[in-house]
Amino acid sequence: MRTAVGVLVLASLAALFALPSVLSAYYITLVLPAVAYAIALLGFNLLFGYTGLLSFGHALYVAVGAYGAAVLSSKLGIKSFELVLLLSGAAAVAAAIPVALLSVRYEKIFFGILTLAFGMLFHSFLFKFYDITGGDTGIRVLRPSLFGNEFKDLDKTAFLVGPFYYYCVGLLAVLGFVMWRIVHSPFGLHLVASRENRRKSEYLGVRVRFFRLIAFSISAFYCAVGGAILAINTGQADPELAYWTHSGELVFMAVLGGFANFFGPLVGAFTFIFLKSELMGITQFWRFWLGLTLIVIVVLFPRGLVGLGQDLWTRLHRQ
Amino acid sequence: MTSFFDIVLGGVFHAAVLFLVAAGLQLVFGVQKIVNLACGSFYALGAYFGISAVNWAIAAGVPPALFLPVLVLSGILLGAIGPFIEALLLTVYKRDEAFQLLLTFALVLMFQDVLRYFWGANPQQLGDIATQYGKIVVGTLQVPTYNVLVILASIAIALGIGAFLQKTNFGRILRATAENREMALALGVNVRVMYASVFTLGTMLGTVGGALVVPTAAASLDMPVELVVEAFAVVVIGGLGSMRGALVGALIVGLMRAAAISWYAELEMLAIYLVVIVVLVFRPAGLFGKAVE
Repeated sequence: MRTAVGVLVLASLAALFALPSVLSAYYITLVLPAVAYAIALLGFNLLFGYTGLLSFGHALYVAVGAYGAAVLSSKLGIKSFELVLLLSGAAAVAAAIPVALLSVRYEKIFFGILTLAFGMLFHSFLFKFYDITGGDTGIRVLRPSLFGNEFKDLDKTAFLVGPFYYYCVGLLAVLGFVMWRIVHSPFGLHLVASRENRRKSEYLGVRVRFFRLIAFSISAFYCAVGGAILAINTGQADPELAYWTHSGELVFMAVLGGFANFFGPLVGAFTFIFLKSELMGITQFWRFWLGLTLIVIVVLFPRGLVGLGQDLWTRLHRQ
Repeated sequence: MTSFFDIVLGGVFHAAVLFLVAAGLQLVFGVQKIVNLACGSFYALGAYFGISAVNWAIAAGVPPALFLPVLVLSGILLGAIGPFIEALLLTVYKRDEAFQLLLTFALVLMFQDVLRYFWGANPQQLGDIATQYGKIVVGTLQVPTYNVLVILASIAIALGIGAFLQKTNFGRILRATAENREMALALGVNVRVMYASVFTLGTMLGTVGGALVVPTAAASLDMPVELVVEAFAVVVIGGLGSMRGALVGALIVGLMRAAAISWYAELEMLAIYLVVIVVLVFRPAGLFGKAVE
């Protein structure tokens, strides 16, 4: 099983790297947000899947990443994408710590509502304070340089589907590996233990709130990296990124792929983005079908697509 | 003086409508322990359906002055969707909260397109039908009669729910079920029927609230998602599951919103959510909620 997973991961990565030579530029501009969401969901699921805390406000950190990229590139003139990622990630962690300090005192639905409240607080700040944030139009995001290289000879699409795409897939691989190490470290085990039985793990010496605070901050960092990529892809950071329905979409992706599995949310991100864009192409009533899909997943396949795949795998092997 | 009075009246009017939706949310949370994100969708559905119902009624020869009963009736009739949605929620009662929340989130997405399908993407309005009822003039102060009627209707509904929960047998059984489901079940309460009726009542409160607001505001597709955040603020300030909390929370949110809009519009939602966070920090269970662990 373990080697099978390893092979599958390497094959998927190779496929992602090979995609631009197979697919048209249009589809690559679709894969790019999927990669961005995959990175954000790696972080989101550290909190949701492994720590057992459902945040309904993580769009806040995606928005911090996006606005971070916007402010750094168009207002402060910082070009280096590495610097943009680090600074907006740091901003997201700084925003996450006070929220986490308050929220980790709660669990379950109260945690969800509190994070939603903070998300909406940030959204109304972005939306209403026109002078600072550009209001409903948001802020433009300029093209960054990658490792100091500006790729001046490429036009916008060529840059996005070319160097930027490879860069982001590489980032997904690196951040995915780091997250894999995090969840399999003693720290990750602490999180899982406190999810399974908070009181018992406290008796055993797990500093539940502190570890949850750290997990919250890490997840905010990942979401900000995803948000920065999203913003560069669209060239714009706008307040809708922080809206509560966007947080809902993050949860949707995690459940669609299966949050009990490390790779589930990644599968969910890719499936969601393609499902959404295909549905939008077919009908203007895509929300209805998206909602229906979610109901089917929640009611019939609560372990998500990966869970479904695992069931099929075991059934095949038994025969 | 006049402007201050207008702010208070506008705030109380908004609070009256918010209370109805929040009361529905509280009722469902109190009994089923489900936070229904789709409460805003019921509200918007009530608003759109109310517009159509009044237009049909007028076309069928009902005197326009009777639009208020028509609106209330349309809201109550719409409550008929309650049992069907409850039947869907039935599948997740024993599951993790994440699934319950996501199921109602799926309903939000679906209702968004149901509204778009039947009423189109443009905001709908009922025209200035509310002026039919004229104004109440006290000295220099003027109040639209319709707004006063809605406030009175909301107070009547609040008292009605209170009496229903405290004085009737059904209400007592309902509270007992909310308190201890297993015990109620063991004592022979038909929990299935209880859940379906509670959810239907909760739905009706939302749809009636939406129907009552359309004579004064347009119905738009942003309505459901925007109302949810306000209704959430109300129940968090008041305390999840508490009816008195819904009342006080609605007044706080309604008045603050009205005050913020007229004095410093940038602060509208920000002010409300600051209150939410302050309440959660100092009184995590809300003003009237039961303590949480």
